[in-house]
Amino acid sequence: MTEIDVNKLANAKAKGKRPYFFDDPAVERVLSITMAVATELAVTRERLDTVERLLEDGTPVTKANIDAYRPDDDASRERQQWHADYINRILRIIHQELEAIENESLNEDPEKLADDFAAAS
Amino acid sequence: MTSTLPPTYDRTGRHALSPEVDHDETARFNFLTNLNVHLGQKVSPGNRAAFEKRVAPGFKKETGSDLQTRQQVRVAMRQDPYYQCWAALRRNTMEQRQQAGRHVVLRQLDDLISKARDFNSGKETLAIDTAAEVPRYLAAVDNHCMPGSYYTEVVPDDVLAGANYESGLFVTTAGSMSSHGNGGGRAIVNFVKEHYPDFAPKRILDLGAGIGVNTLPLAAAFPDADVIAVDVGAPMVRWGHARAQALGYDRVKFVHADGDRMDFELGSFDWVQTTMFWHETSTSAIHSMMKKIHDLMAPGGLFLNVEQPNFTPDTPLFDQFTRDWDAWYNNEPFWSKLHVMDVFEIMQDAGFDRGKMFDGGTEADIEQGQFQPWSSTLSRHKPELKDGGDAKHNAYKGERWYLFGGWK
Repeated sequence: MTEIDVNKLANAKAKGKRPYFFDDPAVERVLSITMAVATELAVTRERLDTVERLLEDGTPVTKANIDAYRPDDDASRERQQWHADYINRILRIIHQELEAIENESLNEDPEKLADDFAAAS
Repeated sequence: MTSTLPPTYDRTGRHALSPEVDHDETARFNFLTNLNVHLGQKVSPGNRAAFEKRVAPGFKKETGSDLQTRQQVRVAMRQDPYYQCWAALRRNTMEQRQQAGRHVVLRQLDDLISKARDFNSGKETLAIDTAAEVPRYLAAVDNHCMPGSYYTEVVPDDVLAGANYESGLFVTTAGSMSSHGNGGGRAIVNFVKEHYPDFAPKRILDLGAGIGVNTLPLAAAFPDADVIAVDVGAPMVRWGHARAQALGYDRVKFVHADGDRMDFELGSFDWVQTTMFWHETSTSAIHSMMKKIHDLMAPGGLFLNVEQPNFTPDTPLFDQFTRDWDAWYNNEPFWSKLHVMDVFEIMQDAGFDRGKMFDGGTEADIEQGQFQPWSSTLSRHKPELKDGGDAKHNAYKGERWYLFGGWK
C-alpha cells in the first residue's frame, strides 16, 4: 500500500495557465469559495432529505441506512427539483442582470427619475 | 413531457469495478450536475443577449465597424460583466467536478487498483507499453481541466485517471451520454448501421479510446469483430480493460501506445474509429496519425471520426465564439485551430480519395427509461444555425455531433 495525500491530490491543479475572468482575481476567488460552500450546503440538505424520508418510512436513522438509501423515481425527481430551485435562488443576481440586459426599460436611473419627478407638474 | 431535470447520480450504470460513491459524494455530484444544467440552460443564453444588446453595439460605437472575427468577439466578450460571471462559474464548476471525482477515487485508490489487477492480470487482451511517450500536446496542458490528464501515475498500476474520468462523466455531461456514458459509441453504431447496412467489419481499431466508453458499443454491435482500443494514457487503458472485462466484454483488447509506436499490421483494419479525439492533438499529430490510419486500413475499410459541433466560415460569429470556448478556457487549445482546418485536405494528403470522403451529423443515443433524452436542452453547444455550413458540410446542421470520414 502506497501512502498518498488524498486531499492534496484531490485539489491538484490542472496543467495550463488558469484563466481569471473578473477584472480583479480576488472576486473569482471569493466566487469559487462561495460556490464550494453552496455545494456543501446542498450536500447537507440532501442528507437531511434522506433523514426525513427514512423517518417517514419508520426506518432507523443510522449512518448505514443513510448511505444505503436510494431514492425511488418520485424522490429522485423531487430531490433534483430542490437542487434546481436552490441554484435558482442563489444565482438570483445573475438572472436579474440578464433581465436588465434584455429589457432596457428596467434600468432607469433613480437620479434622473428624481429630477424628472421633481420637474413634473 | 420531456423532463428538464437530469437523472440523479445513483441512476448511473455500475459494474464490479465501480468506485463506492457514498451518500454525500452522490449529493455533491447531483448538485454539480444540476449546476451544469442550470448554467447551460438558464445562464449561458444571457451571453448571447449581452453580445447582441451591448457587446456588439459597443464595439461598433467604439471602433466604427462591426465585429469581424471570433477572436474579436472573444476579446470584446471578456470585458462584459455578465459573460465574466458565467465563464467564472463554468470554469469553477469544472474544477469542482474534478476535485469531487478525484476525491472519490483517491480515498479508495488501493482497493480500485487491486480490483483492476484482478481483472487485468494475466490477460492477453491488455498490453501496457512502459516506453510509450506522452506527446507534448498532452504533456503541456491537462485537457478539460483534468489534473494529471490521462497519463499521470500517482502510484504503481495507477487507475486514478480512468476511474475519475468515468465517475465524473455523468456530471460533466449531465447524464446526456446515457447511463454508462456510451451515448457517443451508440450514436456511431446507429450512423454506421443506417448508412452502411451491409458493412461487416472483422477488425476494428478505436484510436485515442480512453477507457473505451465509446468502444464497447462497437464491440456489442459487431460481436464477431476483433476490437482494439488504443490510448496513450496507461491509467486509462488499465481501467478501461478492467471495466470492459467487468461489463462482460472479455474479447476487446486494450493497448497502451503512443500514436507513433502503434505496432499493428498494415492494411489490417476494416474500421478505424476516432471519437472526440483530434481536438486534443496537434497539427503535426493529425497529419502523421491520419497517414498512419490510412496505412493501417484494409482496402474497402472505413475511417470515421466523431467530434463535438464544429463550425464553418458561414457559422455566425457568436456561435463560433461559443464553440471555441473550451479551447481557451477548458484547456483544449488545439480545438480552436482544428475548427478551421480542412480535414478533407489532411485526409487527402494522408492518402484518402476525395471522392470517398463524407461528413454529416449524429446524435447521442440514450436508452429509454431513466435516462430520457431530456438533455437536448443543454445549450452550450446548441447553436442556432440558419442553414448548416457551406456546401461541403451540407449534411451537417450544427445541432448534433459533427462526423467525418472516408473509405479506402
